[in-house]
Amino acid sequence: MSGASWGLVASTFTASFVEFVEALTIVLAMGVTRGWRSALAGTAAALLALVAFTVVTGYALSTWLPEALLQLVVGTLLLIFGLQWLRKAVLRSSGLKALHDETEEYAAQTAAARQAESKRRFGIDTFAFVVSFKGVFLEGVEVVFIVITFGLSAGDMQYAVLGAVAAAVIVLVAGAILHRPLAMIPENTLKYGVGLLLASFGAYWAVEGLGVFTASGESLSWPGSDWAILGLLAAWIVISRVLVVTLPRIKGAPVATPQEGMVR
Amino acid sequence: MRFLKGFGQFWYDFIIGDDWKIAVAVVAALAVVLALLLGGVTGPALAAFGGVLLIAFFTASVVIDVRRSR
Repeated sequence: MSGASWGLVASTFTASFVEFVEALTIVLAMGVTRGWRSALAGTAAALLALVAFTVVTGYALSTWLPEALLQLVVGTLLLIFGLQWLRKAVLRSSGLKALHDETEEYAAQTAAARQAESKRRFGIDTFAFVVSFKGVFLEGVEVVFIVITFGLSAGDMQYAVLGAVAAAVIVLVAGAILHRPLAMIPENTLKYGVGLLLASFGAYWAVEGLGVFTASGESLSWPGSDWAILGLLAAWIVISRVLVVTLPRIKGAPVATPQEGMVR
Repeated sequence: MRFLKGFGQFWYDFIIGDDWKIAVAVVAALAVVLALLLGGVTGPALAAFGGVLLIAFFTASVVIDVRRSR
């Protein structure tokens, strides 16, 4: 296994790990408060839907879409996901948004689950089923896009999938053993790193993919070819650090602790 | 109808997320690059300019967000 393959596995592992931790928190909250049967049924249904989504999307992307259009569609989605993560990371680092805390998220989810009315269909609690389904499917679709992008850009889908599967297994085992959210994970730091990676790959692909609108339909080329991804990564790191320093001044407030002065 | 609404809301939450300005910034930057491309500008310099635009539009969207919350 080459260094590039290890890098690919590490990238998809880290990105998928963060998503799976969030999904685990939701399923745990539903399982503990509303019953494991309904929470696990929602999770199983979401996994089935994810497999169907991956097969259909993968087939459509690889057979119907020209390469440049594939880059544009997946790159744009990845760019939007990545920049949402980067925005939150910047706001958290500058003290303008509360740090994400899986324990607090778990508490909020369990409180909402306790207050929701109980409606049962086929012996399944609808609330727990729907919330578990939505949580797992939403986080899972992001993992699918991450794996597709990293796998295709590295030309090695196997290792990209390996990273995501390893993350899923570790989170599942840890969740099953601990039976509580994985709050000890440095999730905010991981999200910052993943946001930078997604924004860099997404920008590279989305701009390349604009070539689909030219007469030749070929992808645009970046200066330095694939090395431009490193240039983009460096640029996103620099601008995010500059924003962390300048945003509190723009807001016109002293640098707050992460729990104070939240933007949203 | 309720299903369609829920379906639409799911994909809106998934793609647009908490801050619609990020999606607008991305689409606007790509639209500018596309306009230049269709206007005859080509080559690696255009791709690099696209990268710069994406960073600039993202920065603007975050700054607008913070200013509005003052």
